Amino acid sequence: MSLTDILLTVGLIALKSVVLLVALLVFIAYALLADRKIWAAVQLRRGPNVVGPWGLFQSFADLLKFVIKEPVIPAGANKTFFLLAPFVFAVLALSAWAVIPLADGWAIADINVGITYIFAISSLGVYGVIMGGWASNSKYAFLGALRSAAQMVSYEVSLGFVIITVLMCAGSLNLSQIVRAQDTALGIFGWYWLWLFPMFAVFFVSALAETNRPPFDLPEAESELVAGYMVEYSSTPYLLFMLGEYVAIITMCALGTILFMGGWLSPIPFAPFTWVPGVIWFTLKASFLFFLIAMVKAMVPRYRYDQLMRLGWKVFLPLSLVMVFVVALVLKLTGLAPVS
Amino acid sequence: MTAAAAFFYLFAAITVASGFMVIASRNPVSSVLFLILAFVNAAGLFVLMGAEFLAMILVVVYVGAVAVLFLFVVMMLDVDFAELRQGFQEYLPVGGLIGAVFLVELLLVVGSWAIDPGLVQAPLATAPSGEQMTNTRALGLVLYTNYFFFFQVAGLILLVAMIGAIVLTLRDRPGVKRQDIAVQNARTQDMAVELRKVPNRQGVEV
Repeated sequence: MSLTDILLTVGLIALKSVVLLVALLVFIAYALLADRKIWAAVQLRRGPNVVGPWGLFQSFADLLKFVIKEPVIPAGANKTFFLLAPFVFAVLALSAWAVIPLADGWAIADINVGITYIFAISSLGVYGVIMGGWASNSKYAFLGALRSAAQMVSYEVSLGFVIITVLMCAGSLNLSQIVRAQDTALGIFGWYWLWLFPMFAVFFVSALAETNRPPFDLPEAESELVAGYMVEYSSTPYLLFMLGEYVAIITMCALGTILFMGGWLSPIPFAPFTWVPGVIWFTLKASFLFFLIAMVKAMVPRYRYDQLMRLGWKVFLPLSLVMVFVVALVLKLTGLAPVS
Repeated sequence: MTAAAAFFYLFAAITVASGFMVIASRNPVSSVLFLILAFVNAAGLFVLMGAEFLAMILVVVYVGAVAVLFLFVVMMLDVDFAELRQGFQEYLPVGGLIGAVFLVELLLVVGSWAIDPGLVQAPLATAPSGEQMTNTRALGLVLYTNYFFFFQVAGLILLVAMIGAIVLTLRDRPGVKRQDIAVQNARTQDMAVELRKVPNRQGVEV
């Protein structure tokens, strides 16, 4: 391969990444607004409605506000780690998007172990939280970091088993292959959300816990810990933590779309619906999952910490273990197991 | 120089440098973070060799789970750095001696390194080449057929370690208030609330 070829390849990947990044960030700006609007609507409020028509530019105004504020670094903080933590958190959250196929063949890196990559990257996100909590040199921040790490490690276990059941049905670790395995004549009823419904429920709840969303937002429970590991952060570092959190949520929505809701596939598998580009179906499905997550935030009260741990270890872990066994047994006995 | 070679030198250099920083750095928390950097770069080396499944599992298990707990322990420890530096001169000869012995042993092992040809042939014969299947599948085929017994024994050892850890830390302390979820969920309004008519200026007995 000559030097120009290498440069061309690298340039193309960089271009794709920039396009994806811009699209993702704009999507997140409106997802954040939608989150606040839905929350407000449930509580019979108007929500943000001042900046732009119906408050459509609220997120951009917030961005500007965060960026031009003064970053305050506490005197007792470990400055290097304090500033490194939000970057680690945001960069790791964004890098998971390298493997997500938005439509057939639209992934930047269509690697064989895509799902393991996402699992690995999302398990690294906890470092941003721990580093931030420890470097702040404050007891609330540290308690928040401790809670967050225990919570993320606990729910990763059941998330892993959920992913394993899907993998057994699809017969591949490649995200595009998992979507193609759901492409049947049944359309929406051939996707795994129906066939693996208990696992879909476990996945949804674990995704909430993994991303520290309400009702599992104990790391930043404002009534006990002010804002948890983010308490000492202000300005751009805080913005990066916030951004990383929302990126992680959207990643979980995308992952749920791929694993259980047929990715870019059309819900009705014949003519006029299959002409719609896959990326539109993908966005619609991911937005639907995000809507569910936003509704959960608005409707469900916060869990107590011991209840959270009980749910993770004593309910979800045995349930998902048994489901792995049952799914494997059914696939083996019925001969439905994918052979490659 | 190809791109793969460039990346190899990059990952290898960072792995070695962060490995050195693990022991050289004064702050134990940065030691652990350098250790994590070394793990991640080792995963990068695995990817370059085409073992992407091993690379991802390395990150999930070591970086995502083991190192997190390690970092916790280190953060909770109250380490006195002045005291830590005090003993350095005193222990240097002993540490140096042990290091030298290990170095000599390593050189001896590496110098006379020879892999039994039969050992190389056995797994290669059963595992088809990378073009035919992904390495996740190849790994699974070898692990669950030829090495099934070892796999089971490894699982058993881990199970024993897990039970051991639970037994060591489980204490049944008396006088601790615990919520029994089944009892809590089985409570009805009749069990929790009692309606009484209170006569004026008399009260009721509870």
